[in-house]
Amino acid sequence: MTDRPEAAGRPLPRGSARRLAAGRGRYADDLRFPGLLHLAFVRSPHAHARIVKIDPAPALAAVPAAKVFTGADIAAVCTPWQGKMDHLPTLVSPPQHAVAVDRAVWQGEPVAAVAAASRALAEDAAAAVAVEWEPLPAAAVRDRTLDADAAPAHPELGGNLAYAAAIRAGDPEAALAGSAHVVEACFSFARHTGVPLEPRTVIADYDPGEGRLTVHGSHQAPWHQQDTLSRHLGIPEHLVRVVTPDIGGGFGIKLHIYGEEIAVSAVSRILGRPVKYTADRLESFISDIQARDQRVEARMGVDADGAIRGLSVDALSSFGAFASYGRAPVNEGMMTISMAGGPYANGHYEGRLRIAFQNKPPSGMYRAVGQPIACAVTEQLLDRAAHAAGIDPVEMRRRNYWAEDAFPLRTPGGIAMDRLSLRQCLDRLVAMMGYDALRAEQAALRRSGVYRGIGVATFLEMTAIGAERYGPAGARISTQDGATVRLEPSGRVRCVTSVIEIGQGTLSALAQIVADRLGVAPEDVGVVGGDTALAPYGGGAWASRGLTIGGEAAWRAAEGLRANILELAGSILQADPAGLDLAGGAVCDRATGETRITLAEIGRIGHFRQDTLPPGVQPELAVTRHYAPDDVPFALANGVQGSSLEVDAETGGVRLLGHWVVEDCGRIVNPLLVEEQIRGGVVQGIGGALFEECRYDEHGQLLNGSLADYLVPMAAELPDIHVGHVETPLRGTALGAKGAGEAGTVGAPAAVLLAVNDALRPLGAQVSSLPITPEAVLNAIAAAA
Amino acid sequence: MEEAAEIALTVNGETVSARVEARRHLVDFLRLDLGLTGSRLGCEHGVCGACTVRVDGAIVRGCLMLAVQADGADVWTIEGLSDAGEIAGLQDAFVARNALQCGYCTPGMLLTAAEMLKAGRRMTRPEIREFLSGNFCRCTGYHAIVDAIEAVMAERFRD
Ligand code: FES
Ligand code: FES
Repeated sequence: MTDRPEAAGRPLPRGSARRLAAGRGRYADDLRFPGLLHLAFVRSPHAHARIVKIDPAPALAAVPAAKVFTGADIAAVCTPWQGKMDHLPTLVSPPQHAVAVDRAVWQGEPVAAVAAASRALAEDAAAAVAVEWEPLPAAAVRDRTLDADAAPAHPELGGNLAYAAAIRAGDPEAALAGSAHVVEACFSFARHTGVPLEPRTVIADYDPGEGRLTVHGSHQAPWHQQDTLSRHLGIPEHLVRVVTPDIGGGFGIKLHIYGEEIAVSAVSRILGRPVKYTADRLESFISDIQARDQRVEARMGVDADGAIRGLSVDALSSFGAFASYGRAPVNEGMMTISMAGGPYANGHYEGRLRIAFQNKPPSGMYRAVGQPIACAVTEQLLDRAAHAAGIDPVEMRRRNYWAEDAFPLRTPGGIAMDRLSLRQCLDRLVAMMGYDALRAEQAALRRSGVYRGIGVATFLEMTAIGAERYGPAGARISTQDGATVRLEPSGRVRCVTSVIEIGQGTLSALAQIVADRLGVAPEDVGVVGGDTALAPYGGGAWASRGLTIGGEAAWRAAEGLRANILELAGSILQADPAGLDLAGGAVCDRATGETRITLAEIGRIGHFRQDTLPPGVQPELAVTRHYAPDDVPFALANGVQGSSLEVDAETGGVRLLGHWVVEDCGRIVNPLLVEEQIRGGVVQGIGGALFEECRYDEHGQLLNGSLADYLVPMAAELPDIHVGHVETPLRGTALGAKGAGEAGTVGAPAAVLLAVNDALRPLGAQVSSLPITPEAVLNAIAAAA
Repeated sequence: MEEAAEIALTVNGETVSARVEARRHLVDFLRLDLGLTGSRLGCEHGVCGACTVRVDGAIVRGCLMLAVQADGADVWTIEGLSDAGEIAGLQDAFVARNALQCGYCTPGMLLTAAEMLKAGRRMTRPEIREFLSGNFCRCTGYHAIVDAIEAVMAERFRD
C-alpha cells in the first residue's frame, strides 16, 4: 500500500525543539499583560507559630501604592481545602488556607500577600509588613514525631499520626523464622524536592464584567487547577480557563495546588486586575512540595538456595504540615509497602505504614512517588541475602523473579501484573554492561586497594494510573485524556489534546501516531494542547501517562477521522469505502495503492463545497475521542538498572563510572524521546542517591535553601548512561505503549546504593541512608573498623 | 528611593540606551526592558547558568551583573546569536540529538557550548562535562547535551 515507513517507532526530533533552542520558548514569566500587578508573600520565619498581629502600615509607608492582603482577606473570597481521600476515612489533615490564618505551620508558609506594580516593589513592601509572632514548639524530626512527648504539628489533631495502613499475605513471621538466612536493615530516605529549573509561575486575570477568570501558569494539571479555582473561589467552572504556555520542567512539583497560586487568583478577583506571582529559587525551596522522607525497617528471609521465603517492611513516612490536596497524599508511603518485593515470587509478606505530620512544607508527588524507596529496600535486602547465601547477585535475581507462567498475577503487596519481561531485561543488561568483565576488573583492582562496586537493581514502574485508584478517593482528577483530530481544508491535520507538554515531547509523539493513522507525514500534523477552554477535558502530565492514555485517545480520534474521510471519499468517488485506504496524503485504492483523491481535495470539498455532495451527506472532518484505562488499573512497566562506581575510602567520595538501563515500556513510539526520559530520570534518581536533601534543624528551620547549598547533579559528576529496550506491548490498547517517565528515577537510587555497598563490603562497612554523603561513607568505614 | 542611571550599550549588535534602576540586574534589563526573554532566570544567585549571556566576548551570569555595569558593553543573547547564525551548528545538533526537553536551560547551555568551541579543538567527554558544570539541567541528565557538543566538535575540528 505505502512504502513510507510508519512514523511511530522512529527516533524523530521534536517539532518544538528548534523553537526552544532559538530561545523562543514562551514560559509563563515571559508573557505580558497590560495593567499587571505583581504579588509577593510575607512568609513565616518559624516552623510553627501563632500569628498575633499583622500590621501593613510600614509596608504602605515604604510603597504607598502597595496592597496588603492577610489570610483573612483572602479567606473572605476563597474557601480552605482539605487533603482527604474518601475511601480512607481515617486519614486526617486539617483545613488549609491559601494564606495562613491565625497560625503558620511551616517555615515559609505565606501569611500575607502584597501586590504592587513591580516584583521589586512588591518585595520591598512585603519585607516591611510587620508581623507579631508567638512561636510554638515544632514537630520537626521525622523519627521522633510519633513519640508521646513530641510537639504536635497541629495541636487540634491531638497527635501527629495522619494515617496508618497494613498489608498482609501468608504467614511472614513463620516464613522468616524458618529461613536459612535472614537479613535486615533500617533505611532512611531524606526529604528532597523536584527543583524544576523554571520556578512555579502563575498569572491570574479576573474580568469582573463577565465574571471570567483566565489563568496562565506553569502547571502540569490545568484541569485540576480549573476545578479547584472554580469551587474555592465560587466562579462557575465554564468561566474559568487555565492555559499552560511552555513549561520549564515539572516532575510532579507543578501538579499540586499551592496556596500562593490560588491566592493570585483571589487577589485578581478582589482587584479586578491581572496579578502575577513567580517563585524565586529561595521560595521554591521553602514552598514547593517535598518528597520521600521515610524511614523503613525491613527484613527478608531466604532459603539456603537463595529463594525468598518472606519479607517484612515497616515504613514511617512524613506528610509535612498538610496532606497534599486533591491527589493521593498517602501514596509515597503506600507505594513503598505495596511495591516492595514486587518483582520476586513470594507468598509471605507484611507491610506496615505510618504517616506523620511535621512542621515542614507539604509533601506531595515527586517523580516516581515511593517506588524508588520500595525498589532500594527490596534490592538492597536481596543483595545482602545473596551475599549471605553465597550467590552472585545477578543469579539471585534470576532465581527469584516470578516464573514466566505465573502471569497474570497479583503480588502479596496487591499489585496486579499482566506480564513482565524481567529475565529478558536482566539478560540484556548483563550483556550491555559487561557484567562479568566488570566483576573481574573489580576483583583485580581490589587487590591494589581500589574499591569498585557494581549494583544491579530490578525496578517496576507503575504508569498511566486509571480511575480505579483516584476515583474512590473522591479526587477530582481525570484519569482520562482526550484528543480532537481535524482535517484542515488544505489536507493538513490538526490535533488538540488534553495532554500537557512539560518537555517530554509527548505532543511530537502524538503527531507521529496521528500521522500514521491518516497516512500523512508527522510534520503535516500540528498538535496543540494546554488550554482547558479549547481542548477536550483530561488529566494533564503526571504518572507517566501522556502516551499510554493521551496517545491512545489520539490514536482513536485519528481512527475515527480516518473512517469519516474514507466515507466522504466514498461519496465523492461513488466507491465502497472498504476498498479505500489512506496513504501519502491521499485516499488510495486499497488493492492497488493507486491515488484516488488527495486529502487536500477532500478537505476542500468537505469544508467549502458541501453543495457538490450527494443529498444527506454531512462531512464530519473533526473527531474527538477520549480514553481511560479500563481493564487494568495501571500499566506496569519494568526494567533493570546497573551502576558501576568507585568509592574513595580516604575521602568517602563516590565516583560514578557507568550506568546502564534496560527498560520495557511497551511499544515505543519514539525511542529518542523515551531514552532521554530514561536518562533524565536516572539522573534525578542519582541526585536522590548521592546529593539531594532538604536539611532541617530540630526546630524546622531549613538549612540549605539555595541552589548553592542544596546539591543537584551537575554534568561533571555524572557518567554516561546507556539505555536498551525490551518491548512488551500493553494489552488492551491499540497503541500498546506504557509510560516511561519515571522508570529512571525508580531504579537509579537502588543501583547506586547497591554499588556503593558492594564497594564497601570488603571493608565490612554498609550504608543505608540516602543521600550517601562522603561523611556517611567515612562514618560507615570508621564504624566497621 | 529608586536610584537610577543612564546606560548605553550594544545588545545583539544594536545600540541601546536606557535609564535603569541601580538594582536591576542585566537579565531583568534584557527581559523586562528589551523583551529579550530568551535569557532565563533559574536561581538569581549564580549557580544554575540559565541566565548565561555573552558580554564583551566572554560568557557571564547575567543575574550576577547589574545592568549599570553593562554600560558601554557589547552584549549578546541567545536571540542575537540565533539570528546571526553563529550557533546554528550547535542548535542543529541539540535538536537532532534531543538534547533539550523543557528547553529552559537550553539558551544558557548553547552559549556555554559556543564558548567551548572557541578553544578550537575537540574535547573529551569528561572535559565537556567539566566545562558544562556551571549549567544546571534538570531534565536531560546531560548525556545528550554532551553528545551534541561532541558531535559538533567532531565535525568542526577534524584532525
Ligand atoms: S539565574 Fe543566574 S545563575 Fe541561575
Ligand atoms: S531541558 Fe529542562 S532544564 Fe534542561
